[in-house]
Amino acid sequence: MQFMLLFSRQGKLRLQKWYVPLSDKEKKKITRELVQTVLARKPKMCSFLEWRDLKIVYKRYASLYFCCAIEDQDNELITLEIIHRYVELLDKYFGSVCELDIIFNFEKAYFILDEFLLGGEVQETSKKNVLKAIEQADLLQEVSYLFSSLGTSMFCSCWGSLSHHSYSFRNYSEACLACSVHPFAVY
Amino acid sequence: MVAPSLKLQDLIEEIRGAKTQAQEREVIQKECAHIRASFRDGDPVHRHRQLAKLLYVHMLGYPAHFGQMECLKLIASSRFTDKRVGYLGAMLLLDERHDAHLLITNSIKNDLSQGIQPVQGLALCTLSTMGSAEMCRDLAPEVEKLLLQPSPYVRKKAILTAVHMIRKVPELSSVFLPPCVHLLHERHHGILLGTITLITELCERSPAALRHFRKVVPQLVQILRTLVTTGYSTEHSISGVSDPFLQVQILRLLRILGRNHEESSETMNDLLAQVATNTDTSRNAGNAVLFETVLTIMDIRSAAGLRVLAVNILGRFLLNSDRNIRYVALTSLLRLVQSDHSAVQRHRPTVVDCLQETDASLSRRALELSLALVNSSNVRAMMQELQAFLESCPPDLRADCASGILLAAERFAPTKRWHIDTILHVLTTAGTHVRDDAVANLTQLIGGAQELHAYSVRRLYNALAEDISQQPLVQVAAWCIGEYGDLLLEGNCEEIEPLQVDEEEVLALLEKVLQSHMSLPATRGYALTALMKLSTRLQGDNNRIRQVVSIYRSCLDVELQQRAVEYDTLFRKYDHMRAAILEKMPLVERDGPQADEEAKESKAAAQLSEAAPAPTEPQASQLLDLLDLLDGASGDAQHPPPLDPSPGGALVYLLDLPCAPPPPAPIPDLKVFEREGVQLNLSFIRPPENPALLLITATATNSSEGDVTDFICQAAVPKSLQLQLQAPSGNTVPARGGLPITQLFRILNPNKAPLRLKLRLTYNHFHQSVQEIFEVNNLPVESWQ
Repeated sequence: MQFMLLFSRQGKLRLQKWYVPLSDKEKKKITRELVQTVLARKPKMCSFLEWRDLKIVYKRYASLYFCCAIEDQDNELITLEIIHRYVELLDKYFGSVCELDIIFNFEKAYFILDEFLLGGEVQETSKKNVLKAIEQADLLQEVSYLFSSLGTSMFCSCWGSLSHHSYSFRNYSEACLACSVHPFAVY
Repeated sequence: MVAPSLKLQDLIEEIRGAKTQAQEREVIQKECAHIRASFRDGDPVHRHRQLAKLLYVHMLGYPAHFGQMECLKLIASSRFTDKRVGYLGAMLLLDERHDAHLLITNSIKNDLSQGIQPVQGLALCTLSTMGSAEMCRDLAPEVEKLLLQPSPYVRKKAILTAVHMIRKVPELSSVFLPPCVHLLHERHHGILLGTITLITELCERSPAALRHFRKVVPQLVQILRTLVTTGYSTEHSISGVSDPFLQVQILRLLRILGRNHEESSETMNDLLAQVATNTDTSRNAGNAVLFETVLTIMDIRSAAGLRVLAVNILGRFLLNSDRNIRYVALTSLLRLVQSDHSAVQRHRPTVVDCLQETDASLSRRALELSLALVNSSNVRAMMQELQAFLESCPPDLRADCASGILLAAERFAPTKRWHIDTILHVLTTAGTHVRDDAVANLTQLIGGAQELHAYSVRRLYNALAEDISQQPLVQVAAWCIGEYGDLLLEGNCEEIEPLQVDEEEVLALLEKVLQSHMSLPATRGYALTALMKLSTRLQGDNNRIRQVVSIYRSCLDVELQQRAVEYDTLFRKYDHMRAAILEKMPLVERDGPQADEEAKESKAAAQLSEAAPAPTEPQASQLLDLLDLLDGASGDAQHPPPLDPSPGGALVYLLDLPCAPPPPAPIPDLKVFEREGVQLNLSFIRPPENPALLLITATATNSSEGDVTDFICQAAVPKSLQLQLQAPSGNTVPARGGLPITQLFRILNPNKAPLRLKLRLTYNHFHQSVQEIFEVNNLPVESWQ
């Protein structure tokens, strides 16, 4: 995949993930053109179109368009599945996701995407694993935030299986907050 | 920002609350000023919040470059929150074109080696999204180490980062190739998927890698078989299909490995058949896997039966209610139509049905595919369908459809008449969308089909009578009516209903075309010329035509004006030549430059106009004398009708447009006479398209001190040849190299008899009258052989 764009029916960009290096100006130009092209499509048309030398796969979910640009040898139908999986992940995370969730929590949308796709390729095909990874990262953020406001910062590498459970605290021999909350967190 | 940062979400609300663009800009500019100040002050606690706001603003399209350094600081921080936002900022704001991006390399290196998995994940993610070639080279060893890490979370990310690195720095393939085979033994789907993606990337880049990995084909087959046959696993399945993402990726790799390799292809055959037949096709996931299977089958050396199965699957896709599926089917069939033509032909009816699709991209593909499927056996049926489609198709497809039909008609036309009918139909339905050469092609076609002249002109006349707006049609029709107008008025043609056409009607129609504001200048040219041609084809008097021609003499369009003036003069002064000039055109040669009507006509005119004004009466008798002298070879001078020499001479040059044929290997000039500084030279031209013709230009020059006046040159040739003399350019050659007199002789020598030429010169020089009669010796052989 070369890039993914999310935009509203009014053409406002909600998320942009670029997997190819382009200048800001080029990105803006591509975004503008593509948004125009996709918004001009009638509702009964198919989800694929050819644009420049790329294949564009797009799908509309409520008020948001999810638009991916793939290369010639990529499979369009599986890209539709990728889009759908991403929407499912968002849905599960936010609980019945709507456009406002993505607007106000745009950074979360990016984090979720980054656990599902990496470098434009699918990295994890299990929904469960993706959501768990996000959950644990969120928790870590919370923990580090709490601790940092207390003046210390520490991490616990409680991400491995139980057999690799280890602490990296200097003075504490207790489980870290994350571990004590989810002592059997197996990933 | 799990604990809601009120500031960020407040900012978002505020921005969204802005009623106008200007208001939004104001809010944002104010906030950006705060953010910039905060960055300057170096507040570490709220830095992540400030950057997050900046990233939001950036997404709306506002500049955010001043946040780049802050990303670096946040990444270097030890707080996870900071790192999370910092890396996100790096991915959004840092550009590999600017050297600034290299500054995060060190932070990434630290984060990768510290062993904290979520942090490693962030670093790998950033590296694989925006990592430049330099960064990749620097960090390759770290990523390689992580490939062997026990935790699948980091490992799968490391593998995909390796894919990115190889894309950026192909030399790194050697680093990442060795672990692959081992990684294939993993059970974790994420790792497997990443590994297969990595192997695919390696194989696509290096034939050596491709050969190396062929040995894992059996293993891949096994993995896929297990996926397909083991039951439903909630974790990885989508609507009953086990991990379609992984299946598709494996199939893609198998395609690359099996391409052009018998042995590998054979190993996969059974499995592919199994997947093709057993995959549940009720939902998109299954169809995605099936589609990939079909692509793989068609690309490797698969058994014939398997290929037919694949094409049939595509045929089934064409009937699917989901138009996305129909789309991929049409696209794939188009790719296959050359290599597996007969298999695709079987689905022709379905393809033709797809022409009716409402979605333009689908109907376009159906059109392309239909055109590719036309062959000599189905051409009539297909053309019918395509012509029906042409009438109703959306405008952007018209041009392609029209040219496709014309091309197919050209290749597969069963009869000439059918061909003419087809082109006619296309011109009437989609005339404005045909390519420029369609007109030339059609005129050429009609011209060549003599038996169909009457038929063609009648049909074109009817079409023109109905509609004069489609320019290509009007042009062809005008040309035809001009050429074959006599056939039009005859009234009999067995292939079409008898049509009683009145001369006046025909003229009225052409006039209408001339006057219509819809007619292009070229079209009006055609119409005017057609009118002119009709002056010789029609029975009645030509007053009407003469009137029209006369009117256009003052037309503003230069091209039309020129034509009208020429034609008018043709009426007035060269009426005797009109019939010859306007006779039916010879067949235009295919593949030549676009037959310019004007050029052809004027070429014919130029050749005929060399039948020049003959010497006036008194000279004629003297010519006869000359002929007497040429014993046994008395020339048979034609008597071209008398004409006023000088103005005629000028006009003849007008018609003599610069399209005379280029001379072949030039025949050397010959000096035939010299006396006291007065010289006569002959130059010879044999035009290639008329081998019996010889053009001699006699040039009289004067290098003496006295003028030559009343210069007259006469010539005679043997009886078997025909000679025509054009009027000389003048009869005075001023002294000391003044402007020479030239005169053209036109000799027809169809029997290639040896050329003999006798010349008689009379002139006044140095106040003396000179007369010379002599036979030209040393005539070059090439002038008559």
